[in-house]
Amino acid sequence: MALPPPDPQFVLRGTSAAVHTLHFSCGGQEPDVPVLFSGSENGLIHVWNLKTHRVDTALDGHGRKSVYCVETMGGKNRLLSQGRDQRICLWDLAEGRTAVMDSVFMENVGFCRCSLLMVAQGRWLMAMAAKALEEVQVLELPSKTSVCTLKPEAGAKLGMPMCLKLWQLSGGSQPLLLAGYEDGSVVLWNLSMGKALSQLACHQEPVMSLDFDSEKAKGISGSSEKVLSIWSLNEQQNLQVYKTHNLVNAGISDITIRPDKKIVATAGWDHRIRIFGWKKLKPLAVLDYHTATVHCVSFSNHKNPRERLLAAGSKDHRISIWSIYTQT
Amino acid sequence: MAAAGLERALREAALGLERAGEEAAAALGAVRAALAAAGGAAALGKRERELFDAFLRSLAGAPRAARPEGVWQRCFLEGPPVPAFCVLLETLGCPRLYPREVVEVLEQFLQEGRMSALLWEVCQQPVQVGSQELQEALLNRIVCLPNHVSNKLEGKNPPVFFPQNYFPFLGGTIIQVLQKISDSLRGKIEILGILVPSLMELTKSDCIWQRICWRLVEYVPDRWMEAVVLGFVQQTPGADVLSRLLGNLVVKSMKAQFVVTQKMLLLQYGHTTAVLQNLLGYLALDSLRRALLIKALQELLETWSSSSAVRHSPPEQQQYISKAILICLSHLKETEIESCRQELLTSMMEGVKCHLDSSLPQIRHLGMIVAESISAKINTDGPVLKFQVKVTMKFMSGTNSCLHFSYSDDDLIPYDMSEDKEVKIKAPVYIRDCIEVLTGCEDMDKWEATVKALESLVRKNPEATREVSVELAKILLHLEEKTYIEGFVELRQRAQVAVLTTDPIPVAKYLTSQFYSLNYSLHQRMDILDVLVLSAQELSYPKSHWKTKHSGAPKPCIQLPHGSDSSKDWRRIVDERIKNKTRRFATGHSQVELASGPNEFNSVAGHFFFPLIQHFDRPLTTFDLLGEDHFVLGRLVHALAVLMYLAVNTVAVAAMGKALLEFVWALRFHTDSYVRQGLLCCISSLLFSVPAECLLEDMTEELLETQSWLGGKRRGARPHLLLLMERTAYERQQITVLCPEHPPSTPAACGFW
Repeated sequence: MALPPPDPQFVLRGTSAAVHTLHFSCGGQEPDVPVLFSGSENGLIHVWNLKTHRVDTALDGHGRKSVYCVETMGGKNRLLSQGRDQRICLWDLAEGRTAVMDSVFMENVGFCRCSLLMVAQGRWLMAMAAKALEEVQVLELPSKTSVCTLKPEAGAKLGMPMCLKLWQLSGGSQPLLLAGYEDGSVVLWNLSMGKALSQLACHQEPVMSLDFDSEKAKGISGSSEKVLSIWSLNEQQNLQVYKTHNLVNAGISDITIRPDKKIVATAGWDHRIRIFGWKKLKPLAVLDYHTATVHCVSFSNHKNPRERLLAAGSKDHRISIWSIYTQT
Repeated sequence: MAAAGLERALREAALGLERAGEEAAAALGAVRAALAAAGGAAALGKRERELFDAFLRSLAGAPRAARPEGVWQRCFLEGPPVPAFCVLLETLGCPRLYPREVVEVLEQFLQEGRMSALLWEVCQQPVQVGSQELQEALLNRIVCLPNHVSNKLEGKNPPVFFPQNYFPFLGGTIIQVLQKISDSLRGKIEILGILVPSLMELTKSDCIWQRICWRLVEYVPDRWMEAVVLGFVQQTPGADVLSRLLGNLVVKSMKAQFVVTQKMLLLQYGHTTAVLQNLLGYLALDSLRRALLIKALQELLETWSSSSAVRHSPPEQQQYISKAILICLSHLKETEIESCRQELLTSMMEGVKCHLDSSLPQIRHLGMIVAESISAKINTDGPVLKFQVKVTMKFMSGTNSCLHFSYSDDDLIPYDMSEDKEVKIKAPVYIRDCIEVLTGCEDMDKWEATVKALESLVRKNPEATREVSVELAKILLHLEEKTYIEGFVELRQRAQVAVLTTDPIPVAKYLTSQFYSLNYSLHQRMDILDVLVLSAQELSYPKSHWKTKHSGAPKPCIQLPHGSDSSKDWRRIVDERIKNKTRRFATGHSQVELASGPNEFNSVAGHFFFPLIQHFDRPLTTFDLLGEDHFVLGRLVHALAVLMYLAVNTVAVAAMGKALLEFVWALRFHTDSYVRQGLLCCISSLLFSVPAECLLEDMTEELLETQSWLGGKRRGARPHLLLLMERTAYERQQITVLCPEHPPSTPAACGFW
């Protein structure tokens, strides 16, 4: 008899709005306190102290418009946040400061989260939906210079970009972008040529989220349908469907592969978090705690694997923190 | 104390050498005595060694008078051998000393075993940065000694310096040193660590050195064989080098064979994978040794498949043996496998069994990995064993290499997922709650669930529905698709039909009044017509709609009792036999019993029909049936036709027919063919529904008018309809038909609908 699914390790309450994005920063040495950043619908970014489970700071930089993407830029003192006020803000949080150092105005009004990739010490690439409906723009940070704009071929009818993932094989090799589009396809872009290398129709509905494992050259995407699509990238850089997995309930809002590539978590519209083994997508657990759509899932970057956490943010204003499959 | 004495003696000797004569002799004597007191050359420290080096150099450079015969030679022979040897070779070219003299000292040097002392000294020195060149030079001198000597003496060198004598001597010396090494410093492989690399270099392209080396190891006494072999195996970077150094040692020396094939494989397990690879690779490199490889594999498999070993030996050892087996397998050739396929298979089966019995997952995985490999090797064409375990072996990554397992997802144990069912948003259970949700709820999930649940809720609660029927009908009529729901239009329509059939009179009154009121879209007006028609159809049908659904239960069928002689079944068997042997002459389907019940449309048909037909000619500001909205008029005409058809056998049918004929008359010259089609439809359904006597008695004039209209233009469907009209009138007159209580299921007249 299988064990009943675990309860959350603890629950963070007090955002007083739907939680749209989460990001851990737990890689620091003692006495650095592990923290969790959450972005919510009321435009606040909360910095949660994971020792005390209390809010350390609440950052207000998006004019009370929903914050839907939060990322750190090397350590917890530099933060990037993306809000519905069409701004991407860069924060300086060192020594207790809460200042927006710089911001990028997005001309796109969609819901597409930006994607960040460190290409060298102190240099990042950021992909975001561009002004034109189907385009993706890549900027270099912190200089904010435009690296390239990725335009689909005329007549491709991909629709808006819905989710982005910048990645590179190993340090030094050229960065690539995976983008999920409104028409359900996933496209692999070469940034230097500004050309689509491969396109795969993964879903019938818009791709809501995707994640990619560059070691295994395998990715996973979810949409509003009842299906998870797993696809692989072969050596000719062609995307191929690897397998699909049918879900009990429709709608996936977020997918994340754990950094150790052992498990993958999905955030479901059916209020449930699902855990799968990444290797074969073996269903492992269904975590049923939330009472509304789960918007985001995120894994912590603790140095010690045993301390690794999973966080899920939901429309029910709560953030649930789970400790699951840490013994592997 | 003794070292200080030696130092003083050396300083004095350096002075004495300048004065020559007796003093020099005394000084050299003092040095020898002090050296002996210090414990011999081997015991000297670095500083004394350097001093002695300087002393020997000055001695070699001293005039003959300062070198008392017999004493100065002893200084070279007793002093530290490395400096002595170097200084002697350097002075071979020096004019002050006769080469002959030096060579004599060198000869003595060799004869007195100082060469082994020299090697020993070199081996003992810790490896230092910069000492590499020194060693290089020293080795060069050792190897080139015969050439040097013969060059100096111009061929008249003593026999000991002939290469054929010198090199065996050197080999013997090395063996002595090795003996000393393994004797005194067992386990101190660092010494071999110096010897082996040099030998590796020397044997690289020199077959003489190779032979020397082979001899060297062959002559290692059995007692020390293990240490030497182990040292060699650990120090060499690859199996080919090891093969070069050891030759066929394992074939010649039983001790070495035991060490290699038994001790290092089966008894010890601390060696690294690189050592194992060296060892087994060495066995695989020569045809003579391959037999040993197969033997070793057999023994390894024996251990691997022994349940006692699996249970009692430490997991590390089992992993070691598994690694060895995998390496052996990789070296085997097709023919060799062929020769021992059966044994491999037997061992594999046994081994798998006892490994899978183990309670340690690590052991089970090891068993699976090894078995998979064996299976893959022995079944080149047949099916292979396949466990879902993946293993990556990192062989070439040096000392810390080991088996790396990367399991499939199987090591992640799933939690109970039985609760993971489709989410059903709880729909309201009361009609009034539904009204609340449909009118003012922001929760789209709930709204969706309500829309989906409404029809069945209305049907289940007719009483509650009647209380709010008109309100509900109003809401449903105005209900818009706030969020996408699959089949929303149909869901809404079914709910409307349910409401209308549950409480027909008020709702029909409401809907028909709305059909002609202001501010409705054409679509809504057509919705109203659809709902009225569908409801009329439902009402006019027997209550089969909901009840017959349950009659689909499977017929009781006879199952043949297989081998069951239970007395309970005898009747069934008998029945079956009778059935099989009885011939039945009746053919055709058994009569389906028609469900029957009161026609509920009877009492309400008028409420559906008359309000619709009354107001068609009164244009509103937003709705002009006779004008541009003729498409709706067409639908209306068709709807009336269907209502007429469904009203068969109702009380109101005669009045309805009369009204309909007038309606048709008014519209008979309509420009739109869809409308005219509908009119024909109306007439045909009228002919079906209205009893013949009514037709002929009550509406003779209208009928004649229609007939003349139909006859006026003999085109399209009209002639047929005219024919039908005449025939119907005739039939109806002739025969008093007992009409079935209910019309046939598909109204032919609805063909245009």
